[in-house]
Amino acid sequence: MKTIRSLALLALLALGLVHGSAQAQMKLTHSERSLYREVLVYEEDGLRCMCFTRQCRIGRQSCIDPRNPDHFALNYTRMMLAGTLFASADPRRVLIIGLGGGSIATALRKLSPSTEVEVVEIDPAVTRVAKRFFDFVDTPPVRVTEIDGRVFVKRAGREGKQYDVILLDAFDHEYIPEHLLTREFLLEVKALLAPQGVLVANTFSSSRLYDHESTTYASVFGTFYNLKRENRVIVTRLGGLPTQQELAARAAKYSAALLPYGADTPSLLKMFNTQVDWDVKARVLTDQYSPANLLNR
Amino acid sequence: MNTVEQLPRSLRTLCYVIALWSGFFVMGIELLGGRLLAPNFGSSIYVWGAIISVFMLALSLGYLAGGRWSLHQPSMARLSLLLLAAALTSLPVLPLAGEPLELLAQAIPDPRFGSLAAAALLFFVPTFFSGMVSPYCVRLLVVDDQTSGRRAGQLFFVSTFGSATGTILTSFYLVLWFEVNSILLSLAAISAVLAGVGLLARRR
Repeated sequence: MKTIRSLALLALLALGLVHGSAQAQMKLTHSERSLYREVLVYEEDGLRCMCFTRQCRIGRQSCIDPRNPDHFALNYTRMMLAGTLFASADPRRVLIIGLGGGSIATALRKLSPSTEVEVVEIDPAVTRVAKRFFDFVDTPPVRVTEIDGRVFVKRAGREGKQYDVILLDAFDHEYIPEHLLTREFLLEVKALLAPQGVLVANTFSSSRLYDHESTTYASVFGTFYNLKRENRVIVTRLGGLPTQQELAARAAKYSAALLPYGADTPSLLKMFNTQVDWDVKARVLTDQYSPANLLNR
Repeated sequence: MNTVEQLPRSLRTLCYVIALWSGFFVMGIELLGGRLLAPNFGSSIYVWGAIISVFMLALSLGYLAGGRWSLHQPSMARLSLLLLAAALTSLPVLPLAGEPLELLAQAIPDPRFGSLAAAALLFFVPTFFSGMVSPYCVRLLVVDDQTSGRRAGQLFFVSTFGSATGTILTSFYLVLWFEVNSILLSLAAISAVLAGVGLLARRR
């Protein structure tokens, strides 16, 4: 009995040590509670990251290197930026749903200063933290509206607004706003796209949800480019996908400007493919059937 | 000590089953309420706040009304009618959740009051009738003042246990298997069947 107890104690201690040492390198710089979550800022290996959970490693919303703030630390932001710049010809109006650290909006301000960028973020705390810790600036041409993404899209549709590029980036690895992942929502988004408008969506690359999400996007937009790393970024365009030559031509224009972002144009270009690697029979998600969180297990 | 004639055992059981189901029904609808409001009002904390407020208010007024109504010739048949009323008044939720909510969202752009009005429009009436069920059941089950507290306690237990079951089954499983409208229709159908059993039971 005694040995068991001391063994257990030893195991606990060991766990504590491992846990403690992992935590030691990750420094919590800031935390604030909002209506929706705790918004946390961690620093580790010279990177500063925004997280919505204490298990920051698996759920980083956004990261910057404070000594080199242009550099995109996360793959998916590079993929989304590539989708925006390579698939659309000089966008005048861009809509981003989901701010995070605001790195895409910040990059667009620099790379394409004449582009008007409208960002929709539900959580005022995220906007505050992005401004304070992630160099995000919400002065024209970048503007933030604090509102639920679906409500914004509905209203914008009624007002007849049009965007050349729409970026969907409202998901978290832990919680998906299910009303932002349905066929009806995507149809509303599609209605906001100008002719030749481009949709860029940050989505999931694993779990059962991948199949359902793929068939849902396909049911609204037809074929799309599927860029995959840890995340999967969907890129599609109204009136037909841009050809590889078209993408390459625009990428060439940005290849020098993108270097500081850590974005290597040739390898990004290689990621644009239309291969169907999901179960095409997976049920399409709708406002009536949207168990996205249950499918993401 | 005041005593009243006790219901036969089978009807007492039916009373508990109705209270349990009514609890299930209310929470099933409440959870789906979030789904129905989300396309027009989003799923911000305000929307959930509005839904929960409307359900609590409707239940509280339903309790008052149910207690009051139990003063006049209480019967299993009337209890069954309450269940049926809740089921029937939940049916308009299906058509109301479409175009009317869209218009309401335009009329009241404030996310708090817009969703409050929407939740009231869709859910107040059926939840009110559901609230009437429990106190009415208490009236049917209580036979003397000595055991009244125990009966009431048992009734609160089954009804709230039903609510817990309705919450977990709806949010963990039903939405994964079925469409929202199918779940709503099934909930109403089960209520109608139980009400039918109650109405027939009286005749025998």
